[in-house]
Amino acid sequence: MKITLNGEPRDVTGRNLADLLEELGQGEARVATAVNEQFVPAGRRATTVLSPGDRVEIVAPRQGG
Amino acid sequence: MLVVLLMAGALWGIGAAMGTPRNLRWGMIGLLYLAVVLAHLVLPAGHPIRMATGEDASGWLILAGFVVLVMIYRWGLGLIRARAREAEPAAAEQPSGAFTETELERYARHIVLRELGGPGQRKLKDARVLVIGAGGLGAPALQYLAAAGVGSIGVIDDDVVENANLQRQVIHRDDDIGMAKVFSAQAAMEAQNPAIQVRPYNRRLDEGIAGALIADHDVILDGTDNTETRYLVNRACVAAGKPLVSGALSQWEGQLSVFHPAAGAPCYQCIFPQAAAPGIAPSCAEAGVLGPLPGVVGAMMAVETVKLITGAGKALTGEMLIYDALWGETRKIALKRRADCPVCGQG
Repeated sequence: MKITLNGEPRDVTGRNLADLLEELGQGEARVATAVNEQFVPAGRRATTVLSPGDRVEIVAPRQGG
Repeated sequence: MLVVLLMAGALWGIGAAMGTPRNLRWGMIGLLYLAVVLAHLVLPAGHPIRMATGEDASGWLILAGFVVLVMIYRWGLGLIRARAREAEPAAAEQPSGAFTETELERYARHIVLRELGGPGQRKLKDARVLVIGAGGLGAPALQYLAAAGVGSIGVIDDDVVENANLQRQVIHRDDDIGMAKVFSAQAAMEAQNPAIQVRPYNRRLDEGIAGALIADHDVILDGTDNTETRYLVNRACVAAGKPLVSGALSQWEGQLSVFHPAAGAPCYQCIFPQAAAPGIAPSCAEAGVLGPLPGVVGAMMAVETVKLITGAGKALTGEMLIYDALWGETRKIALKRRADCPVCGQG
């Protein structure tokens, strides 16, 4: 399934957001996620089903100032 | 009579050609005048000199009368002008808060903006803004807030200026290496705009002072370089109900949002419930950062602050803007509050 991940096209297999994070090796990472520009809290990742063409944003909190 | 006027003209012209001072030239003409009047008084009627200079003294005395009138008029005018000049400094000490002529001129480009205008500039002058961290993000934010005429700017940081800071922290200069960042920043801001008040706090923000310090300001800008302080600032802002303009960055990417649960927007901890594991969010020293990147994000933080203070447009509440400098891309995501947020929700 082709999605856009952080602005770049990617081919992924994960069916929902939680699976996608696992696939990307970020299952345990403390990141924020958004699908189609809408924030998805960690508790709703497993129930957020992905569709082809979705724009997924994985936001690692930046720490520098 | 014509002869005397020609002589006076010659005196003036020759004097001017020789660079004689004006007063001296007037003095020479005065002497010429006195000589003519004296000639009329001492020489008998009909004398060739009297015949050549207007037959009697009456015309010359009337001329003198005119000159005296003009001089009195000029003296009076000078007196009035001097009084007006004395009154000016008093006018500068207007009731506190009123704009001086200099300020009106300086902020003219703001005042012509429909969304700001005089009332907006007035709000900026009355505002109290706190900037946490005088580093990469704090540097441009502080400079622009000072230049924009934010009346009172607090800045807290416990660092000193280091050589490795100067690649991006443009408020500090080479000569400032070794100086406390807050004092270096204060000097730069006061040099930029003497009409504002800067309050430097040369210490680390901790639990003990965060509450009182944040409650004492209208808008808080967070440009710190560590997660701990970010969570602390967020908690204190939520507790005090203050909007938090939060900027963060590393390498080529910057993030910007306004956290403000009191206005229905999420807080920092709604979005990032837990501090990132080490390595996921490395600091600038570990991961590197592009020099102009904090310039972009810090200036945007100043923009959001001006909007929050003046009510212009819509601030980035409930949204996060991500700037990817490497590809020149900006992306925005809509943020939502979490009901189970331990800071601003029911926990």
